[in-house]
Amino acid sequence: MNKVVASADAAVADIPDGATIMSGGFGLCGNPENLIAALAKKGVKNLTLISNNCGTNDFGLGVLLKARQVRKMVASYVGENKEFERQLLGGEIEVELNPQGTLAERIRAAGCGLGGFFTPTGVGTQIAEGKETRNIEGKDYLFEKPLHADFAIVRAWKADRLGNCVFRETARNFSPLMAMAAKTTIVECEQLVEVGDIDPDQIHTPSIFVQRVLKGPRYEKWIEKRTVRKRA
Amino acid sequence: MTLTREQVAQRIAQELEDGFYVNLGIGLPTLVANYIPPGIDILLHSENGLLGIGPWPVEGEEDPDLINAGKETVTAVKGASFFDSATSFGMIRGGHIDFAVLGAMEVSAQGDLANWMIPGKMVKGMGGAMDLAIGAKRVFVAMEHATKDGSPKILERCSLPLTGRKCVHHIVSDLAYIDVTPGGLLLREVAPGVTPEQVQKLTQPRLRISPELREMRF
Repeated sequence: MNKVVASADAAVADIPDGATIMSGGFGLCGNPENLIAALAKKGVKNLTLISNNCGTNDFGLGVLLKARQVRKMVASYVGENKEFERQLLGGEIEVELNPQGTLAERIRAAGCGLGGFFTPTGVGTQIAEGKETRNIEGKDYLFEKPLHADFAIVRAWKADRLGNCVFRETARNFSPLMAMAAKTTIVECEQLVEVGDIDPDQIHTPSIFVQRVLKGPRYEKWIEKRTVRKRA
Repeated sequence: MTLTREQVAQRIAQELEDGFYVNLGIGLPTLVANYIPPGIDILLHSENGLLGIGPWPVEGEEDPDLINAGKETVTAVKGASFFDSATSFGMIRGGHIDFAVLGAMEVSAQGDLANWMIPGKMVKGMGGAMDLAIGAKRVFVAMEHATKDGSPKILERCSLPLTGRKCVHHIVSDLAYIDVTPGGLLLREVAPGVTPEQVQKLTQPRLRISPELREMRF
């Protein structure tokens, strides 16, 4: 078994217009940089993107936005992006906001084959409108449905040819959940290793959830807010 | 004398206890980390998947893979752990976070919180605020007591869309420290030189005055 694809272009070759795509990342941290660039190059349109944020004006998913490739964005926070704001106010893009924990759990539920879950988050708020609220053991909960996708694009720190993945630090965020929830999961990795090189005890995403593996040709690893202290 | 943002943070930090797992919201709440009392050992949670936030990195040692929920480069302390977003929000909703500090635009007498959207303005999203509001064991709100033109922001009912219902336990403003209790709002402390009457004047619901009312100490 070898899931390695030769290039980012090959990895996204079958992603059609109108596809629903999950993208790992929190802000500009842990973004699948090469796969996003390949989608921009391919020029697929009418995409529904599911990601915690939508990048900035010039980086991350923001480049797809700028090129008008996105029809709908499902996220928890879409600030820090003027172009997104412009498209939203102009009615050019649809947005569905989810509380961050609900977004994560909806993705996880899809990946785990669940029909949804009851969460206390959002009870009595706008988020609850049109959804079932149920009292369970004396506490109110809101019913939330699973969130599926056609494709997931995620970045791992290390992956083997089977698709076993290790993420690094906070670059992990939504990626392992998205890998489970999509019909086709494409992993790009900073380091591609041989099968057996990763200690099975240290694997974050088991290979069963991954269909394609790409060795990322280059990484810029953007920093959204560089905060430092002076060397003592 | 009204408190500075730093003093609001400092007053909240006095409530931290050894062994607490703590989540600090973006903005003023983050300043609480600068005033952790000596001898108190806590771990700071960041909802993007880090338990054990450390200080900003030394210049030149920034790591793009290591950020906090405000997307700032940070470090991880000894004993820190990393995890995915579902686990992170399991910590929050599951009641494992002892103490959370959030900002507020409005709070109601029942402890309803509004801090994520203003109708008619660009809605950026709630991020993790709705989960934190209802999930943490103790929720502190750090806020300005009234608007710049003197209108109360602590109200009988919030006028803005809610972040969470009956979720705030304590309010620390530039004027006062107030508990949200089943019997209504209880004024516990006033900023140095501020009278309970002054606080009441800028608060819409009637305040009960604690028998142990005192001035804040720093």
